[in-house]
Amino acid sequence: MKLKLKIWRQKNAADAGAMVSYDIDGVSPDMSFLEMLDTLNEKLILDGEDPVAFDHDCREGICGSCGVVINGEAHGPEQTTACQLHMRAFSDGEEIIIEPWRAAPFPVIKDLVVNRSAFDRIIGAGGYITAPTGSAPEGNSTRIPKPDADEAFANATCIGCGACVAACPNGSASLFVSAKVTHLNLLPQGQPERESRVLNMVEQMDAEGFGGCTNTGMCTVSCPKEIPFVSIANLNKEYRRAVKSGRKG
Amino acid sequence: MSDSTKFVGEGEFYSVGTGLTDPAAPDGDIETRWERRKFAAKLVNPANRRKHKVIVVGTGLAGGAAGASLAEQGYHVVQFCFQDSPRRAHSIAAQGGINAAKNYRNDGDSVYRLFYDTVKGGDFRGRESNIHRLAENSVKIIDQCVAQGVPFAREYSGLLDTRSFGGVQVQRTFYARGQTGQQLLIGAYQALSKQIDAGNVEMHARHEMLDLIIVDGRARGIVARNLVTGELSTHLGDAVVLATGGYGNVFFLSTNAKGSNTSAIWRAHRRGAYFGNPCYTQIHPTCIPRSGDHQSKLTLMSESLRNDGRIWVPKQMGDNRPPEQIPEDERDYYLERIYPAFGNLVPRDIASRAAKNVCDEGRGVGPGGQGVYLDFADAIARMGEDTVREKYGNLFDMYARITAENPYKQPMRIYPAVHYTMGGLWVDYDLQTTIPGLFAAGEANFSDHGANRLGASALMQGLSDGYFILPNTVNHYIASNKFAAVPTDAPDVVEVETLVKERIEKLLSINGDRTVDSFHKELGQIMWDYCGMARNDAGLRKAISEIRHLRDEFWKRVKVPGTGAELNQSLEKANRVADFIELGELMCIDALMREESCGGHFREESQTPDGEAARQDDKFSFVAAWEYGGQGRFGTTGGDPVLHQEELIFDYVHPAQRSYA
Repeated sequence: MKLKLKIWRQKNAADAGAMVSYDIDGVSPDMSFLEMLDTLNEKLILDGEDPVAFDHDCREGICGSCGVVINGEAHGPEQTTACQLHMRAFSDGEEIIIEPWRAAPFPVIKDLVVNRSAFDRIIGAGGYITAPTGSAPEGNSTRIPKPDADEAFANATCIGCGACVAACPNGSASLFVSAKVTHLNLLPQGQPERESRVLNMVEQMDAEGFGGCTNTGMCTVSCPKEIPFVSIANLNKEYRRAVKSGRKG
Repeated sequence: MSDSTKFVGEGEFYSVGTGLTDPAAPDGDIETRWERRKFAAKLVNPANRRKHKVIVVGTGLAGGAAGASLAEQGYHVVQFCFQDSPRRAHSIAAQGGINAAKNYRNDGDSVYRLFYDTVKGGDFRGRESNIHRLAENSVKIIDQCVAQGVPFAREYSGLLDTRSFGGVQVQRTFYARGQTGQQLLIGAYQALSKQIDAGNVEMHARHEMLDLIIVDGRARGIVARNLVTGELSTHLGDAVVLATGGYGNVFFLSTNAKGSNTSAIWRAHRRGAYFGNPCYTQIHPTCIPRSGDHQSKLTLMSESLRNDGRIWVPKQMGDNRPPEQIPEDERDYYLERIYPAFGNLVPRDIASRAAKNVCDEGRGVGPGGQGVYLDFADAIARMGEDTVREKYGNLFDMYARITAENPYKQPMRIYPAVHYTMGGLWVDYDLQTTIPGLFAAGEANFSDHGANRLGASALMQGLSDGYFILPNTVNHYIASNKFAAVPTDAPDVVEVETLVKERIEKLLSINGDRTVDSFHKELGQIMWDYCGMARNDAGLRKAISEIRHLRDEFWKRVKVPGTGAELNQSLEKANRVADFIELGELMCIDALMREESCGGHFREESQTPDGEAARQDDKFSFVAAWEYGGQGRFGTTGGDPVLHQEELIFDYVHPAQRSYA
């Protein structure tokens, strides 16, 4: 396949950045999207140009490192990560526009690489269950009904890639936060910190500059792990409950 | 142990030094060794702990768990990872499960049985004491993770579910669909995040350790590069923990994350830490076959698929018919035929080699003939597609996405691939390397699993090291020593900083005509061809010579664009590939010396009359601990490595040839 790529190039956070066009030939439909970029980079290096920087690591769709906006869609035309998107999703001769995640709390570091450490700070604010090493009770002493366990699991699959933020017109992190809140607040182990967790995480989310949720739903459409939209409703419910309880974090 | 006969390659590629004993090895009843070790350990007063800094490199299961636990104890932890967040460490990609001797199934499991299975599964090349401790800790790991909210699979009763895994006959594997590693890692990451937020852990993401600082013979710090700004910084502390994962990427194509590298442990090796069993690589049997030269990495299908999937190839060579057109009596379910007791659940090395054998015979399937079928037709007929989807759905989806084939309708194709490295820095029972104050954990150490890591045991080891062992042994080390402050301008510190700077400048200045990846791919091909699943004397000698040539070429012809003062992914790769080349040579030397078949390592000269692996306990019942040979810089080795042998003693599980028939 022959493709025309338009890629966002930005030397560093201070640089203005611009779209740059590249022609690429010999792309196999079996290549992953990132392997296509690898191929481009090999050529750029030999031509004495700076290769395109992009984040990636496991290339199995689980580490959450990769993420670019492809033709206007976070992670591209299929509901998966960029590393698991294959070139068979594109046709010969197509023009592909590749941009970084765009959201104020995710500043660009270089080219397609952005800084997502805001997510880590949200988790640090309350996205955990306090269980210090070495004092845990016997595992089966806490029974969890299978439906609760399954729902907690479905939310625990979030990989923190940030596609939800990139896809949201408001740059909201509600889906990310709701996944963690739903996962932990559903479990009996998560009850002691139930209220403080949601209050602190929401407060941190706002402090980082993420926008509010207006039920647009683009987040769930772009989420490679299919975190359900209803989790955001659950986040709101948990938040109201926590405010009413008066238990500050 | 051998003292009279010479080893292959001795004097030519390496010399043999004095024997090595584990100074921290416990004695007495194996059941009480770890308890007694913990009781004998010196303690640090809680109020004094905050005065001590512990540097932890890596944030996976071992590093994340260690960082969180040491911070909970009160130590000031300074932690590093090269990813943008500690949550992205490669432990996250582990699929299948984690073993624990809970005996929830009442099927006769016990700590002793898990210990026994692991010693045997390691093909008698692991330490009994360490493995018993691992089995003991396994039980506590599950409790710890459940308490953290790790959503393990559950039954309708609300109790924890388990499944069986390759190589064992009890159901002791706990799992979270096909994403067990992710869930366990997120648990450790959340515990770590809490400590970061509380200020007890100083986290440096997007930083890479480039060298180790040793002062007065003890590890006291590291030099790291900020991968965003390129800035080099020196971090000093009282102990250093390396939990930086494995080095399977030496093969270029492997199931490892692209960023997984050997640099931290290799630099530590160059500074004096012995490297244990470098040639021990696990080849995993159930990987998606490669599709072309563009391929950057391989993807594993969880081994748990072998619980219900049946593995077969056509009986006839060159049978190109689609699988559904090959009648039952023209299929060879070769694992069930050769190993009737274990069938499709034989250990990884047996399954991998059997797949290679049938493909070498010309009966492989798919493009290039490098594949065997993993067929779920019987399972779907028996329990229905919905149940199969419930158990393995995400793996099936992943397979469909990568291959564009529907595995519910036609069998998957799989082939062995490099997955895990059992070698790593040599450590004593306390997980301390030969450099005092330098600890290695998880896949970065030479591991408790011997020559053949069983399924669902790596997660167990990472968490055991991080949550339960290091918090005791690092504590003991700090309590047992006095720590004078190290001035930042101490000659030992400045020398290391200078060397790191020179190396980066050198890499940027070569400006040759080949990319870093082209060298990496070439190295990987050499390693796979001659130091992969099967090895022989001539092949390994050829590999050593080719690698030495490649190393010279690398330092003359590599092209690294850009500068050191920016995000420069080519420079990061160049730094790592230079280390892989040196490590690759040592792996081949180690493999040449170990003239036996053992676990996942098939030495063609050492096999039984029916073609099974033949171990040679009288000569090779030892850990090979390699000492770095000299102060070579920029592509020169300096000197030959020195082999130290640590004898392995088996008091409880007596070596016998493995049989899965």
